[in-house]
Amino acid sequence: MDQTGFSSAHLLRLYDRFECLDRDNRGYLSPNDFEAVGGLAMNPIGGRIIDAFFSSGQDTVDFSSFVRILAHFRPTDRNRNKEGTQQELPNSRTRKLKFAFQLYDLDRDGKISREELLQVLRAMLGLQVTKEQLQSIAERAIQEADLDKDDAISFDEFKKVLGFFLLQSQSLVPDRMKRIPPLRMILALTCSGVLPSLVHLSPSTETMMEVRPKSRDRIIRALQVCRT
Amino acid sequence: MPSRTVSHGSSGRLRGLFLMMVLVFLESSVFTLAFASSDQHSPTTAHSDGRKATDHGSHNNTGKAFPVLDLNYENVRVPFEISLWVLLASLMKLGFHLVPHLSNIVPESCLLIVVGLLVGGIIRGTGETVPPVLDSKLFFYILLPPIILDAGYFLPIRPFMENLGTILIFAVVGTLWNAFFVGGLLYGVCQIGTESSSILSRIGLLQCLLFGSIISAVDPVAVLAVFEEIHINELLHILVFGESLLNDAVTVVLYHLFEEFSGIGTVTLVKGFLGVISFFVVALGGVLVGVLYGILAAFTSRFTSHTRVIEPLFVFLYSYMAYLSAEIFHLSGIMALIACGAVMRPYVEANISHKSHTTIKYFLKMWSSVSETLIFIFLGVATVAGPHDWNWTFVTVTVILCLVARVIGVVGLTFIINKFRIVKLTTKDQFIIAYGGLRGAIAFSLGFLLEKDHFPEREIFLTAIITVIFFTVFVQGMTIKPLVELLAVKKKQEAKRSINEEIHTQFLDHLLTGIEDICGHYGHHHWKDKLNRFNKKYVKKCLIAGERSKEPQLIAFYHKMEMKQAIQLVESGGGIKLPSAMPSTVSMQNIQPRPPTKPAAERAIPQLSKTKEEEIRKILRTNLQRTRQRLRSYNRHTLVADPYEDGLSDLFLKKQKMFQIEKKLKEMNTYLTVPAPPPDSPTMCRARLASDPQAYSIKPALNKVPMIQVDLASPQSPDSVNLLDEFGQANQQEEEEQGLMMKPPSRPREGKKPGEEDEAKDQQKLMRCLSDPGPSADEDEDGAFLP
Repeated sequence: MDQTGFSSAHLLRLYDRFECLDRDNRGYLSPNDFEAVGGLAMNPIGGRIIDAFFSSGQDTVDFSSFVRILAHFRPTDRNRNKEGTQQELPNSRTRKLKFAFQLYDLDRDGKISREELLQVLRAMLGLQVTKEQLQSIAERAIQEADLDKDDAISFDEFKKVLGFFLLQSQSLVPDRMKRIPPLRMILALTCSGVLPSLVHLSPSTETMMEVRPKSRDRIIRALQVCRT
Repeated sequence: MPSRTVSHGSSGRLRGLFLMMVLVFLESSVFTLAFASSDQHSPTTAHSDGRKATDHGSHNNTGKAFPVLDLNYENVRVPFEISLWVLLASLMKLGFHLVPHLSNIVPESCLLIVVGLLVGGIIRGTGETVPPVLDSKLFFYILLPPIILDAGYFLPIRPFMENLGTILIFAVVGTLWNAFFVGGLLYGVCQIGTESSSILSRIGLLQCLLFGSIISAVDPVAVLAVFEEIHINELLHILVFGESLLNDAVTVVLYHLFEEFSGIGTVTLVKGFLGVISFFVVALGGVLVGVLYGILAAFTSRFTSHTRVIEPLFVFLYSYMAYLSAEIFHLSGIMALIACGAVMRPYVEANISHKSHTTIKYFLKMWSSVSETLIFIFLGVATVAGPHDWNWTFVTVTVILCLVARVIGVVGLTFIINKFRIVKLTTKDQFIIAYGGLRGAIAFSLGFLLEKDHFPEREIFLTAIITVIFFTVFVQGMTIKPLVELLAVKKKQEAKRSINEEIHTQFLDHLLTGIEDICGHYGHHHWKDKLNRFNKKYVKKCLIAGERSKEPQLIAFYHKMEMKQAIQLVESGGGIKLPSAMPSTVSMQNIQPRPPTKPAAERAIPQLSKTKEEEIRKILRTNLQRTRQRLRSYNRHTLVADPYEDGLSDLFLKKQKMFQIEKKLKEMNTYLTVPAPPPDSPTMCRARLASDPQAYSIKPALNKVPMIQVDLASPQSPDSVNLLDEFGQANQQEEEEQGLMMKPPSRPREGKKPGEEDEAKDQQKLMRCLSDPGPSADEDEDGAFLP
């Protein structure tokens, strides 16, 4: 859990969500479970996101991997000192960008080639544009970003192109991942039937609210799962 | 940045200064004469009226001499004076830029107030009464709307929406805090600090609170005027500016509330509760009115394809009507105006012609510029006009309290807000936000509106308001720039908006929406995505004419980039033996073939073989890289994006490409011949030039001149990307498929066959800058701007 940096309440919610997605209660998720999520079907890159959860070769995701992937999207702690940690924290900016980069770079060769970019563009723009338009756009994009002239965008070039832009915006963190103030956490854990927290309104939260006696057990269980 | 004319040393400086002085004195003397003559000539007019009467009476009256030259000032007095004032404002603007270093040190608003003071002083010095120029009606109905519309129309939507929570908290809670803090403490000071017989102790609590609410609102005009010159980063700019816009609702409600209460004299809880309700009504009602008018305007613009000339008029009229309609119901006119401008903009820009777009842009800038200048000058004049009642205690306490309240408010609110923000506000940011809380003419006009019978202390209030305004504008306005430098606040990044950014922004939006879906959370991205889908599916179809409604935003953006770059290339790459044609970029666009206007043969084409031209075109198309930076915010002084301001590396890259082009003379490709089933057949893709006409010379027009409009502003809202596939549409468009390339206009539409390379040699097309085509280009008004 320390690896991911999530707090207990966060973990609890994620565990709830995990259980909610895992309809057969198998303890792990398969691609079907992900596809059942409504929005992903309409999402142009939904398939890629789903694939990102499954590390190569496997077709199941257990809770710890689930959380680990989602840990990428926590807000970056600006002032945390990283002394002594060899690896960067999963939610550092680089890791976030790396995650996004990997969604482009499906064959994992470390570069976004023209074909991969074309595929992404095709997915995002659908059938409204012609192949040549896409090619021009892809061409231009690569030329803008490609500094070492290898006709592909490497991760460093990717970072550079997006670097400034992402510094300014809040775009890398979905709302769910913001830190919950302690007060709300206490409320969440101790009260039941209380109004759901104003910000985080989701089915899983509500179910969590109802099941008060089990909450502590669930935290423990979730933490145990995480530590494995 | 204000453009600086060349000045060689001190002689230029002296000349500029001298010129400005001359202008000031000239203007004020004309004013004085005007006012003086208005008194003198009323007897004259009466006399002449009398004469006319007698003339009517008797036709045989030949005794009077026929007035060969007569002076009748009264008839033209009002328009004449108005024109004089506007002329003064414009000449002042000219003058400030002639004096080279003045604009660096002193913000323009300060200079204008000084000019107003001078003019007022001169008028008073000659014994005339200074006219009450900053009449509230004039201010609120004539001077303020252009500025707000300008701000609203060009509001950067994405940063605004991302920070909306923060902005709202600052605007609402911050203004409330300011109002009550200042009002309450002032009351306390008035009661306690002074003797019971002085005038101060007679000021009631409600009056103090009313005063507090007037003085606490951050003024958009002043903020715009000062912040424009300091170029801080976008986040801070949008925070302070957004706050100044949105606090209008709070100000309106508080003002009316306290005015009512002061009149009646009793405050009940019910009334307080009603006040809270009325806040929501005012704010949301204003926005609703604005949105309504915005949709109307967008819808109207859908049908204007045959009367392009009056397109800008619709934009202005609907916006103004939105403002006035909101004012009828005491709703927040400013919010209505902002909502109207922001809502109508994406749709209107998709519908209107290039020239209309330019017209709208220039008119808005012109009016807002003149308005702002006039407001500050009038502030100066009104200061001289009085009536004043200087009270040391009141004024100094007000100034101090305003500052203190602002600082405490900002710090406190930021502390709370930072818990919810991802990109936290640092101390430096807080300082700039607090320091940028300038007061301006709105406060003065609101004070001016107070009635004397209800508020005997009106003059004290006015004096205090003016002092606070002066303090904030002069002291804070002048020092904010050095402070920004000192604190090394992040400046506005002049980053190029590249196609990469665009692609990746959309990608990340999708990614985050997907993650949110997985987490089961309906967050920010989820709703934004839903809004985009709704927009694309229903709204765009209604409000955008023709087939442009289906054009994905990425494509539009891409076209714009290419176009701008192509223009750049043509402009600066003239030394190389290229056909000065940018047809390659055009190959990405849909063209509506247009009958040729001039059947003259092609001319001015260098002697390159067909294959070479093809190759060049291909290379240009695929290699154009220099991206035009997009002005995220406009400066009042220049609308020109300097064509040469991009970095050296781009120049180098471009030169490299030039060499590449020269070197690579290979076989022809058939890239040009792409059949495209993009659904927008009758539409044109536009790229609108960002610059003034003189930045680009107008190339000689050929018969089949394609014209390209470079759209500067459309990709401003990347959140309006709609990426749903429209499967059905694509199939339907099969039979309408046009080549992506430009067909020569002489060819009729049925020439849709893919293999159009044969026409290549006919297509010597030149790029033509559209920002200021001459009157002969009227036939290009409608629709088909062929690139």
